[in-house]
Amino acid sequence: MTVRADARPATVEHPDREPLSRDEMAQAVARDIPAGAYVNLGIGQPTRVADHLPDEKHIVLHTENGMLGMGPRALGDAVDPDLVNAGKVPVTELPGASYFHHADSFAMMRGGHLDVCVLGAFQVSQHGDLANWHTGAPDAIPAVGGAMDLAVGARDVFVMMTLFAKDGSSKLVEALTYPVTALACVSRVYTEYAVLDVGADGVTVRETYGTTVEALRERLPVALRNLGDGTH
Amino acid sequence: MQVVDPETAVADVADGSTVLIGGFGTAGMPFTLVDALVRHGARDLTVVSNNAGNGDTGLAALLAAGQVRKMICSFPRQPDSYVFDALYRDGRIELEVVPQGNLAERMRAAGAGIGGFFTPTGYGTMLAEGKETRTIDGRGYVLEAPLRGDVALIAARRADTLGNLVFHKTARNFGPVMATAATTTIAEVDDVVEAGEIDPEAVVTPGIFVDRVVALGAEQRVAAREASSA
Repeated sequence: MTVRADARPATVEHPDREPLSRDEMAQAVARDIPAGAYVNLGIGQPTRVADHLPDEKHIVLHTENGMLGMGPRALGDAVDPDLVNAGKVPVTELPGASYFHHADSFAMMRGGHLDVCVLGAFQVSQHGDLANWHTGAPDAIPAVGGAMDLAVGARDVFVMMTLFAKDGSSKLVEALTYPVTALACVSRVYTEYAVLDVGADGVTVRETYGTTVEALRERLPVALRNLGDGTH
Repeated sequence: MQVVDPETAVADVADGSTVLIGGFGTAGMPFTLVDALVRHGARDLTVVSNNAGNGDTGLAALLAAGQVRKMICSFPRQPDSYVFDALYRDGRIELEVVPQGNLAERMRAAGAGIGGFFTPTGYGTMLAEGKETRTIDGRGYVLEAPLRGDVALIAARRADTLGNLVFHKTARNFGPVMATAATTTIAEVDDVVEAGEIDPEAVVTPGIFVDRVVALGAEQRVAAREASSA
């Protein structure tokens, strides 16, 4: 592990450990969500983040089908078919929860009131463009749900994804080849090998796991900066 | 506002109508009204709903009966949306996919007398192709049109005799918005109480937006829902 001694933020490399597991990725996201934040966790992997949010951070979960203050998954007698999350999984309500209709729910999002949303992705571009709704396959039935609304709405959009697709190609790309969900919306990407910031300045590596920035430069089709390099 | 039986409630739905159907998956799906619409037999319908039917009941039954010409929804593809999937793959139904927030806001606009709105959602994507765009304060926006229904079918927890509605948890979803956006709004509810028995501060949908109410009794609503998940 390499840590610079100066006080400026610097990229941290962990070359000698394993890449992050899915739960460790969820933990890393949870760690970066500020106390008191209003947060939407997308369907799939991002829902794991909820397991790592400590009560004392008082984070309020939003679900776009009309609720703030969503609690954990409902089990047994607590299941109410009228109380589900965006993935249509039965959930519970926490003290202080509220319900609202769909137009209010998406106004909350689009209006910039949500602090963070966490989404999965097929691809993220170096400038933060997101592709996560459609593979573009000609026989696929298109289905967008709230993906485009979430991506443009939250103040910070975090993406959780594996860094490489099954065919070995990088999912962090210079320019999207999958259909766009939203442009210039992603601020940070959590993968098993690295946590990276994306945006107008391109890609900045915050941390690496089981690899180094140099090794990632060999495998990724985008320029990588270290934290603390140049202008930020 | 009239309290009627399901058959009477949908009796004047004309062929070719645009029907707004509430619900997010099965939560808030007005099963009894949709079943009545299947029996009624109106055809060539355009249906607006978040999903495109689950299993074989509710909206899926309406699709299976061949009554729907076009679906406007945000997320047609579900693990149990096989009725829609087959129709779509056979080219027997049109599909317009709309981002969920745009779907809600287009109906809100219709109900609020707004002639259209610029939204950042969808900007730069294939769902905005051919639509007018504008840059406002440096950000790209897409012009979206209001989406009005001839009839809205929604489910609520309770109505009073003036049509004021309260909902139940996340079954509220599209109901209040759809109620404003249709020429005729029909709500199925667990029970109907006298005017004054719902705290005015707690009314979610004021009765001005509601034309007909069908009272089911909680047992019937639960039975309809359980039949749907069986």
